[in-house]
Amino acid sequence: MATTETAAAADAVARQAATAEPPARAAAVKPWVWAVVAVAFVLPLLKFVIPGVISDYRLFVISTMMIAAIAVLGLNLLTGFNGQISLGHGAFYAVGAYTAAVMLDKISWMPDYYFLTIPAAAVMCFVVGYLFGLPALRLEGHYLALATFALALAVPQLLKYKWLEGLTGGVQGVVLLKPSPPFGLPLSEDQWLYYYILVIMVALYFIAFNILRGRNGRAMMAIRDHQMAADTMGIDTAQYKTVTFGISAAYTGIAGALSASAIAYVAPDSFGFFLSISLLIGLVVGGVASLAGSIIGGVFTVLVQNSAQALSKFVKNDLGLPFDLSAYAVYGILLLILMYVMPLGIAGGIVMAWRRLRG
Amino acid sequence: MRTTRRLLMGGAAAMPALYVLAPAFAQKPGAKYDDGATDTEIKIGNTNPYSGPASAYGVIGKAIESYWKMVNDQGGINGRKVKFVSLDDGYSPPKTVEMVRQLVEQEKVLALFNTLGTPTNTAIHRYMNQRKVPHLFLATGASKWGKPKEFPWTMGFQPDYHTEAVIYAKHILANVKDPKIAVLMQNDDYGKDYWEGFKDGLGKDINKVVRHVTYEVTDPTVDSQTIQMKDSGANVFFNISIPKFAAQSMRKAAEIGWKPVQYLNNVSAQVSTTMKPAGFENVQNVITAAWLMDPTDKQWDDHAEMKTWREWMAKYNPAGNVQDVNYCYAYAVSFLMHETLKKCGDVLTRENLMKQAANHQKLRVPLALPGITVSTSPTDFYPVQAVRLQRFKGETWELFGEILAAEST
Repeated sequence: MATTETAAAADAVARQAATAEPPARAAAVKPWVWAVVAVAFVLPLLKFVIPGVISDYRLFVISTMMIAAIAVLGLNLLTGFNGQISLGHGAFYAVGAYTAAVMLDKISWMPDYYFLTIPAAAVMCFVVGYLFGLPALRLEGHYLALATFALALAVPQLLKYKWLEGLTGGVQGVVLLKPSPPFGLPLSEDQWLYYYILVIMVALYFIAFNILRGRNGRAMMAIRDHQMAADTMGIDTAQYKTVTFGISAAYTGIAGALSASAIAYVAPDSFGFFLSISLLIGLVVGGVASLAGSIIGGVFTVLVQNSAQALSKFVKNDLGLPFDLSAYAVYGILLLILMYVMPLGIAGGIVMAWRRLRG
Repeated sequence: MRTTRRLLMGGAAAMPALYVLAPAFAQKPGAKYDDGATDTEIKIGNTNPYSGPASAYGVIGKAIESYWKMVNDQGGINGRKVKFVSLDDGYSPPKTVEMVRQLVEQEKVLALFNTLGTPTNTAIHRYMNQRKVPHLFLATGASKWGKPKEFPWTMGFQPDYHTEAVIYAKHILANVKDPKIAVLMQNDDYGKDYWEGFKDGLGKDINKVVRHVTYEVTDPTVDSQTIQMKDSGANVFFNISIPKFAAQSMRKAAEIGWKPVQYLNNVSAQVSTTMKPAGFENVQNVITAAWLMDPTDKQWDDHAEMKTWREWMAKYNPAGNVQDVNYCYAYAVSFLMHETLKKCGDVLTRENLMKQAANHQKLRVPLALPGITVSTSPTDFYPVQAVRLQRFKGETWELFGEILAAEST
């Protein structure tokens, strides 16, 4: 099957990258990563210098990209590094978002301490993910994909359920306030939101990076590569798989909680099945089993969905072609081209291109 | 920021970079503008579900676009062309927030017009009012868009579900002897809005509801719900469902020999999509409320407004379905926006736009039922509030009774 091949190939790239790396811990995080993080931290301040280019709206869009990147990373830990396929991560995203929203809405002092919603959403989603992971252990490959698919379909309906309606607001959803900058910092809401999300994202990537390069990460990948062999080596595969499911759900749940704060509104319609699919697309396009790929995937899910409509308009109005392509047709064509040109995702494609250039 | 600049600068090249971005021409004397309006253009924004589960409504956005095309072909509004920027939100609230921020902050539209959907508009409700950008004539029947005190920048358009249900409840109490009511309801915000209104309308007579059944929009049929309603011994049937289920339930009721007095919500009042599939013989004397003419209804064929509409359809929407009432809706709501912008004259500020929107007196909107007009005031943000009851006779609706209006809560 194509996906297994892709995964295996991605794997080969990852392994080569790993072997090329000296095992010394100090050199683990490459300098360009720090450069990117530094640029990301300076970016919102440029609004004071060039407000036309770095506007509140653009910072907000980048914030949504970072949120998507965290969610894709969560899925990547499960699918890319542990080999379990999930079509239902939108469900954990929704649980995280609603955990945050209900706390902010129902506890009067919570809006001042909105950052507490992040660990709460993480714990909630870890528990839900872990519990879901237990029976899912019996399901392999496609069966697991179907079970998670059912989860993605069920969660928006459950949110409307009448016993939960008092908490979730039913179909009407919950309207929230945006977090405002603390200590009277002279930042706009969007600038502050950007920093809030950026700090959490960097922390989550750092944690993921540390999990993956250690003993646990190797165990996760060993299970992905050959479960029986991993079992024989003495790895508690059942434990690893459920815990990975939990961690993955927690990551995606944190992304959901952040989105609740950023959008300041949650409703069942926000977490339709397409959310799960777009996370999966982000994962595959960005690069399976690649941390940098998760960021690219997050950027892609936001950017391309937005530009697909502009592109379809451009084709019709400016190029004057007689096609009335819907935005989704454009999106689909872009995906096909990308999968054909870069079967390992964008991150994999860059690594391959770099190799080829260096000979 | 943009004050009247009567003196033309000698050379744009000499100006600082920022000034180049601002319009470097002399403004019409006396004209005042906010973002999105100039001497030559008025920019208005919109979101619509062109993709996703509610994409059937996408025709509204397309029809509005062709309405503005017609306006521009006829010379625009007070000499200004309308630029209508409509973005796809896929009926997903987070996407709506993103798209609307793009419209307001990047595109710098003067106002939002007819953004579609209840959850999607809820997501941007506060934002629009914080930003003080007009959020006009929304495409949703929820009852929360007319609160000028808390949300002075948001105004709805059509009669809301709540009001409509109050009217049915009152009509039942006044006209049916010893009513025993069964209610079929779609289990979502739209269904609940009707149900709340119905309960309000019944007041202390709420115990007259002997059976209340619901369905999910994903259910294949409502046969079992219909049988349950018959078994309750009800003699009135209030049908809160979309066309597919409305047709199913009315057909089933006839099949199992249940003959209550039937009230059908306006959402499903179209002849072509509900009454015909249900079978004309099964839906005689069904009562509904309406405010817009149905293009399949033959009694309007000779009406001047309907003729104009058909010409517009032929010229600007050649591929559009002339039986689709959404095109009538788009035409009517665009006309109201058109009139509002016209009344603003050369003062195209956001404040003046809201002032004019809240200042319509008995304005006739094309394709509304005869006798129904638009009136608004600084305290009344519900443009269309009146409906007329109609009864199904033969193959079409027959209006009866007075124009009814109920103040919404």
